[in-house]
Amino acid sequence: MRIELIVNGTAREVSAPPNTPLLDVLRNTLNLKGTRFGCGLAQCGACMVLVDGEPVYACMREIGTLAGAQITTVEALDGHPLRAAFLAEQAGQCGYCLSGILMSAKALLDRNPSPSRADIVAALDRHLCRCGTQWRIIRAVERAASLLREKAVP
Amino acid sequence: MSASNLPLSFVNNPSPARWFRFDPDRTVHLAVGKVEIGQGILTALMQIAAEELDVPLAAIRMLAGDTDAAPDEGTTSSSLSIEVGGASLRLMAAEVRARMLERAAQRLNCAASELAVVDGAVYRNGAPTGQDYWSLAPDVDLLRPADGRTAPKPPSAYRVVGHSVPRLDLPAKISGAAFIHDMVRPNMLHARILRQPARGARLAALDETAIRRAAGGELQVFRLGNFVALLSPHETVAERAGAAAPLHARWENVRRLTSAQQEAAFLLGQPSEDRLIGDPPQPVSGEMVEARYTRPYLAHAAIAPSCALAESRGGHLSVWSHTQAVYPLRASLARVLNRPAETISVHHVQGAGCYGHNGADDVALDAALIAEAMPDHCIRVQWRREEEFGFEPLGSAMVIAVRAVLDASGKPIDWTQEIWSGTHVARPAMGGNMLAHEALPTPPPEPRPTDPPEAAGGGGTRNAIPHYAIPARRILHHLVPGTPVRTSALRGLGALPNVFAIESFMDELALRIGADPLAYRLEMLAEKPRAARVLTRAAEMAGWSRRGPGGNGHGMGIGFAQYKNRSAYAAVVAEVEAEREVRLRRLWCAADAGLVVNPDGARNQLEGGMLQAASFVLKEQVTFGETGVSSLDWQSYPILRFSEVPEIACELIEAREEPALGVGECALGPTAAAIGNAVAHALGVRIRDLPFTRERIASALLRL
Ligand code: FES
Ligand code: FES
Repeated sequence: MRIELIVNGTAREVSAPPNTPLLDVLRNTLNLKGTRFGCGLAQCGACMVLVDGEPVYACMREIGTLAGAQITTVEALDGHPLRAAFLAEQAGQCGYCLSGILMSAKALLDRNPSPSRADIVAALDRHLCRCGTQWRIIRAVERAASLLREKAVP
Repeated sequence: MSASNLPLSFVNNPSPARWFRFDPDRTVHLAVGKVEIGQGILTALMQIAAEELDVPLAAIRMLAGDTDAAPDEGTTSSSLSIEVGGASLRLMAAEVRARMLERAAQRLNCAASELAVVDGAVYRNGAPTGQDYWSLAPDVDLLRPADGRTAPKPPSAYRVVGHSVPRLDLPAKISGAAFIHDMVRPNMLHARILRQPARGARLAALDETAIRRAAGGELQVFRLGNFVALLSPHETVAERAGAAAPLHARWENVRRLTSAQQEAAFLLGQPSEDRLIGDPPQPVSGEMVEARYTRPYLAHAAIAPSCALAESRGGHLSVWSHTQAVYPLRASLARVLNRPAETISVHHVQGAGCYGHNGADDVALDAALIAEAMPDHCIRVQWRREEEFGFEPLGSAMVIAVRAVLDASGKPIDWTQEIWSGTHVARPAMGGNMLAHEALPTPPPEPRPTDPPEAAGGGGTRNAIPHYAIPARRILHHLVPGTPVRTSALRGLGALPNVFAIESFMDELALRIGADPLAYRLEMLAEKPRAARVLTRAAEMAGWSRRGPGGNGHGMGIGFAQYKNRSAYAAVVAEVEAEREVRLRRLWCAADAGLVVNPDGARNQLEGGMLQAASFVLKEQVTFGETGVSSLDWQSYPILRFSEVPEIACELIEAREEPALGVGECALGPTAAAIGNAVAHALGVRIRDLPFTRERIASALLRL
């Protein structure tokens, strides 16, 4: 079956069974390797992408439900202050959890440019990081928020 | 340095050409045998090379972990990469620089001592000479072995080492393909494995039709004895087949487990190999006190499942792996596949953090077995999440009984640490078997577990000797060979449980005489200034003086260790709230790791170690069901979440004239102990069994 997906602003036609997980299509068909497999069980958040701006587990979401939806992956964060902030804080050890976390952070900052620490923690609580980088990640999201606010002030 | 105390990586790879090459594009190709496992080692090693050679960081291109093209540095483990790998690289780079300058001096007809290097170019009296490493390199013999006599720079001259440098590998990891999981090769097949439930189990029936139906696409079934792989060009098809396969397989001769076996106390009744280490037992008079501590089996629980790729072309087998040990893995593969090691290449590709020996080596054998039988295909095996939890080697459960004889002032004068534990090292190159090997038609003999010798830091005995001035100290070690599940190296081996036991007991002893736990420790560290300094500093950072009487749900505790009794010093203070459950509020750490190559990288490692230890002690325990491990997902094996993360502050003590020490593991034991002591302070009652679950708190409160 042919399905049209809009990924990072570009329409991509994919031919695959409609029950194929979005994660497989992103990684293996569209060669967007930044979205990661961690559990396939909607439990870790490594595969998080945005669908119409909302965080969604790509490992569980079937492509048949996504015709016409806007899908955003970590590759689209080029130039986004989140990337600069994570590097500035060196918020990563192995880094495997980070692309999913960045997507949830983006969704948060898109709707709330001045999140409190509690807001950040709540937005990221579905994500696991085994390396114990959470404390730096929280600080990186705070830094990204302030970078975004600086940018907004002309 | 005299030849006898040269670092191992240097001794084993004495030719500078094995490490360095000067490429025409004015870059330095640096090959190392230590590998990146999320700890930032490559960045630190690059700093060391840039420092000794006087080249810009940006000029260095690194290759790590490759049996074709990188030195053999054994295994990346035990926080030794800086201590051994870094020390070797420093000497090697110093030698390369000296040989270059010697050649330049000949060309310039001057003495080498008149020359200096800036960004790879040779200067004389501050003026450029037109010579540089790249013009000299064709004329310099880097093959001739180095003897380690060229002195590296004194630390006082450092400009790159000792300064924070951003991690090399991070930009790629937050923007796209960066991991072994992301590799794509021509003719690639995705594979999932049907795992033999345990050694000795026989596959009696396999309903391939049902598996194909579940897979819903092109599928090949590969079988060799009790090893079964499901392959497809489509990952989802392979994944579905892998998920369905266990439901359509019937196994015979499966060993049964009970939930009693999942508890550490089960080890007490088991046959064991017993050793006495340290001071012989002696009659001492004084009051004897005793307490017993336990921790359960723990999972490494990497965030990514283990993965490997392998392909066989023209009789040569290439394997891509996130192993901690490329050369040892190659040797193990050669043994299992019964072929010369020279016909195998193992290339390291980064994976998720592993925290010790997880499924990385096992999955490499999975891929190699299939690739050998299917030449000219690239076989990509990725474990399923359930497989990772169900089959990776575990960190052993441990029981630790501490007995001390006290003098009249309440200080220990005789200390016995009695330990029951499974092995802490069953890496394939150290006597362990790789999983698939046991499923083959001729399985290897059952491994005879050993533990690393005390000279290498010990396994179950790691950090079992308290650092405090106690006249007699000994370990009774019971190594239990027959643990119900496979156990192997988990970050720090026995250090965390031993430090938890020692430091908990120290607090209990202090409490008996109403002493402040910090002051009580410091009195026994009068001769150990570096230990005393980290403790004092951590206490200052935390505002120890506001600690209060405790027992009111709010607690503060301290923990200390020198990792392996000879590596980095770390002291941690924890602040908790504990009523029905423990809420960890803050952690402070002061560490002395000697010369620190990359301070921010080191702090990152310390913080990671602290949070992982917090996760271990607050939440984690592997559970067993009838057929094996039953905690097979993140719901049944919860780890620390964002909402449970404390605020953290970390400080490195300035000690740049001291040798560099690894920091990846030094903070875990002190953190576990600090949390335990803070919980006891908050509750007014001690919990000696990990993890600190709601149930344990409830039953401890009943004892009040
Ligand atoms: S991979 Fe999707 S939540 Fe873990
Ligand atoms: S950085 Fe390794 S899992 Fe988060």
